[in-house]
Amino acid sequence: MIFLGNALGLLTLNALKHDGFTGVMLLATAVMGALGGLLAVAALTYFKRWGWILGRAKWLWREWLTSLDPKKIGVMYIAVAFLMLLRGATDAAMMRAQQVLSVGQSHGVLSADTFQQVFSAHGTIMIFFVAMGLMFGLINLVVPLQIGARDVAFPFMNSASFWLYVAGAVLMNVSLVVGEFAATGWLAYPPLSELRYSPGVGVDYWIWSLQIAGVGSLLSGVNFLVTILKLRRPGMTMMKMPMFVWSVLNAMVLVVFAFPILTATLAMLALDRTLGMHFFTSGFGGNPMMYVNLIWAWGHPEVYILILPAFGVFSEVVATFSSKRLFGYKSMVWALGSITFLSFLVWLHHFFTMGAGANVNAFFGIMTMVIAIPTGVKVFNWLFTMYRGRIRFTTPMLWFLGFVVTFTLGGMAGVLMAVPSVDFQLHNSLFLVAHFHTMIVGGVIFGLFAGITYWFPKIFGFRLNERLGRYAFWCWLTGFLLAFVPLYILGMMGATRRLDHYEPSTGWRGLFIVAGVGVCVIGLGIGFQILQMIVSVWRRKENLDMTGDPWGGRTLEWSTTSPPPVYNFATLDAVTERDAFWASKQKKASGGRKPHYTDIALPKNSAMGIILAGFAFVLGFAVIWHIWWLAVVGLLGVIATIIIRTSTDDSEYTIPAAKVEEAA
Amino acid sequence: MNKLLKLGLVILLGLGVAVLLVKLLHGHDIAVLNPRGLIAFKERSLMITATLLMLIVVIPVFILTFVISWRYRAGNTKAKYAPDWDHHRVLEFTWWAVPTAIIVGLAVITWQSSHELDPYKPLASDKKPITIQVVALQWKWLFIYPEQHIASVNMVEFPEGTPVNFEITSDAPMNSFWIPQLGGQIYAMSGMTTHLHLMADSPGSFDGSSANLSGAGFAGMKFTAKSVPRAEFDVWTKSVERSPHHLDHGAYQALAKPSQNNPPSYYSFVTEGLYDEVVMNYMTPMPGMVTR
Repeated sequence: MIFLGNALGLLTLNALKHDGFTGVMLLATAVMGALGGLLAVAALTYFKRWGWILGRAKWLWREWLTSLDPKKIGVMYIAVAFLMLLRGATDAAMMRAQQVLSVGQSHGVLSADTFQQVFSAHGTIMIFFVAMGLMFGLINLVVPLQIGARDVAFPFMNSASFWLYVAGAVLMNVSLVVGEFAATGWLAYPPLSELRYSPGVGVDYWIWSLQIAGVGSLLSGVNFLVTILKLRRPGMTMMKMPMFVWSVLNAMVLVVFAFPILTATLAMLALDRTLGMHFFTSGFGGNPMMYVNLIWAWGHPEVYILILPAFGVFSEVVATFSSKRLFGYKSMVWALGSITFLSFLVWLHHFFTMGAGANVNAFFGIMTMVIAIPTGVKVFNWLFTMYRGRIRFTTPMLWFLGFVVTFTLGGMAGVLMAVPSVDFQLHNSLFLVAHFHTMIVGGVIFGLFAGITYWFPKIFGFRLNERLGRYAFWCWLTGFLLAFVPLYILGMMGATRRLDHYEPSTGWRGLFIVAGVGVCVIGLGIGFQILQMIVSVWRRKENLDMTGDPWGGRTLEWSTTSPPPVYNFATLDAVTERDAFWASKQKKASGGRKPHYTDIALPKNSAMGIILAGFAFVLGFAVIWHIWWLAVVGLLGVIATIIIRTSTDDSEYTIPAAKVEEAA
Repeated sequence: MNKLLKLGLVILLGLGVAVLLVKLLHGHDIAVLNPRGLIAFKERSLMITATLLMLIVVIPVFILTFVISWRYRAGNTKAKYAPDWDHHRVLEFTWWAVPTAIIVGLAVITWQSSHELDPYKPLASDKKPITIQVVALQWKWLFIYPEQHIASVNMVEFPEGTPVNFEITSDAPMNSFWIPQLGGQIYAMSGMTTHLHLMADSPGSFDGSSANLSGAGFAGMKFTAKSVPRAEFDVWTKSVERSPHHLDHGAYQALAKPSQNNPPSYYSFVTEGLYDEVVMNYMTPMPGMVTR
């Protein structure tokens, strides 16, 4: 009886109840969804299009969802990340709307609790599901091509990583409807995130979305580390690798070292909350300060995991569009290496205010400033790549120039806050919020947008519409400045982050309104990007890339067709130069030798990644709601899937040499 | 012409926003830049020095970005084109060396200022410092004056020109204690005490708040910090001593219950050692554990 009574654990119908604004929004969405669904079913039946839709679904399943081709996995990463960007941006708009409205007597549209869930979701989504998704998407698209390889080292693991990321994202969105999300900020500091102060399931949703997606990230890290180290084209020594590959190599080293810390920390918090342990509670021997240290020991490298690939993108973009070799290649490599090393020595700068003492604070402050040196070197090298070049101001180049401006300003704010005594006055204020948005939007996001625009024709065979791309860029840049310059000022006026209400006497409202307008302008930018995608697909005939080299590229990915064949390259000729493709173009194909084609073995499609992630999702959901029997099902499912997949021998198919020759 | 028009529009827009910002700020203090206490003043000077030092690199970067992109645009065929020119020892040495030199300078400043402005360091003064114990509660600030045996909520008063030794703890999730015009913040954490030494130059009333998210009532965790002439402070203490509300264990338990947006209130006859009990409360062993 007890078992039956608790068959659904903590999950009751109450989990579907939502108050106030959220309730209305959810109800509206649900009603619209149901009506839309009914309409679609009716229309399909009436027009007898069920066969067509089934065909499409089969195509989707066969060509995309079960594909182990990194190019397709990359596209799916970016698609999911864009969807999550829409939700993250909506959260941002809700936050600013609340802060414009909730002044003095008025308390705005959101309750404090909902507001706190919204900003926690915003941070979590933007870092884990937008920035990470875009980054891994781009890495999947580009790294195998740039190193002249046919695939990644572990194709199935790659698919599993992607689907774990999707499972995390879905779990996170389920919290919108079933239950609630964490109201503790995106890093869920205890003791606030402990059971005593957050008894609901919100923090558990946070833990398990990140735990599942985080394992995916760690696997990806291992995968690309091995891919870069082992699968490079013959002749491509480390010092001949494209700079993007270098940046990814460094980022993946960081992933491999940092993500286990996240996994362990989340596991301990989960043990505290689920089994009543006391790792981080404020009483009974727990130590919340330990959590703060651990989460930043992961969190700071995480920032560099995101920014390094963006640096890599800019290195490629600047060299290509200046039609010139990258300036100071060796400096760039060393700069990346020093940033990677130093990024593990600075975590304490996130909490100078915890009272560690002058010696400790000063050490971490100085280490932080030292990072500015290699970063500065990179900026100068990019500028001197442009020097004596022939610069074409395409959209990727615009993103780069915007980045130089925002990133330099944000970097200044960062070094400022690296001085502990200055940080005491700016910590946790909106100045801090403005600083890290300058780095993440102006650095990471601009970089990834540049990369997506730059490599889009390689993957799809046609370029994106330039004019709409420019409009999107200018909206993002002005919107960004409008949204965040006021926050720097607000921070210095004493406005702390995460406030759902303030008094009119503070004089903050006007600045919040300006910031809100900025968010709208960014929204317009996103609108232009969606429009750009639609228009570019619609009129793709105008922008077709027949040569495989639409920009005058320098590296191997431009040497194959756009889109590349599933095996990327028909032959794997040895590389002798750093900018291998540029060099071969200069030599003007001396020709002569007939290419030698061989059979190519490629991985078969597999649905095991989806199944694995499905069980992981079930496991996470079950633990959140204490549905123990279901958790056991999920766990066994995960283990069984792994065993079944790893004991499958028949996982490859072969394309015969004759067919490769025919296609080439 | 079209390009000039666009540039003009951009400049106009920028100016417009700048004017708007100045207008919005008119009549309001930018707290961090308008210090009223010794510590905040030194922190502001430090901020300005560091910014100026960084501008040595930042300004050339902006100028170079603009000049190089303009001069070497593809349309300008008169500019030199050297597609294989990809390293230059002297140049690269310069931009490793100059930022390094600046950072070395900043590092020295950082080391010295971290010690000089260490929040745990008592302030030198010929006046006797006053100790105020701070407890972050859900969601209000309790200020206990151990020498005067009085306490106040969401309102703290102290004499001007006198060092104030704040001893800070929390009986709630972590908060951060911040009075921007007097100086930087420090976390308030349960089971332990952090220290903050501040001093106001002149009489005044300053906004204080919590800078770290602590739950539903977080936005309302504001307080007023008031510095007054010594005589006025003595009068204030006397008046609080007459408060009918006594802060004994029972009253504390009632006060510690979650509540939001509390107006200032005052307590007399604070139980001796109450602050220490609040701290030690988190140090007790788990129920059922054997203690020696």
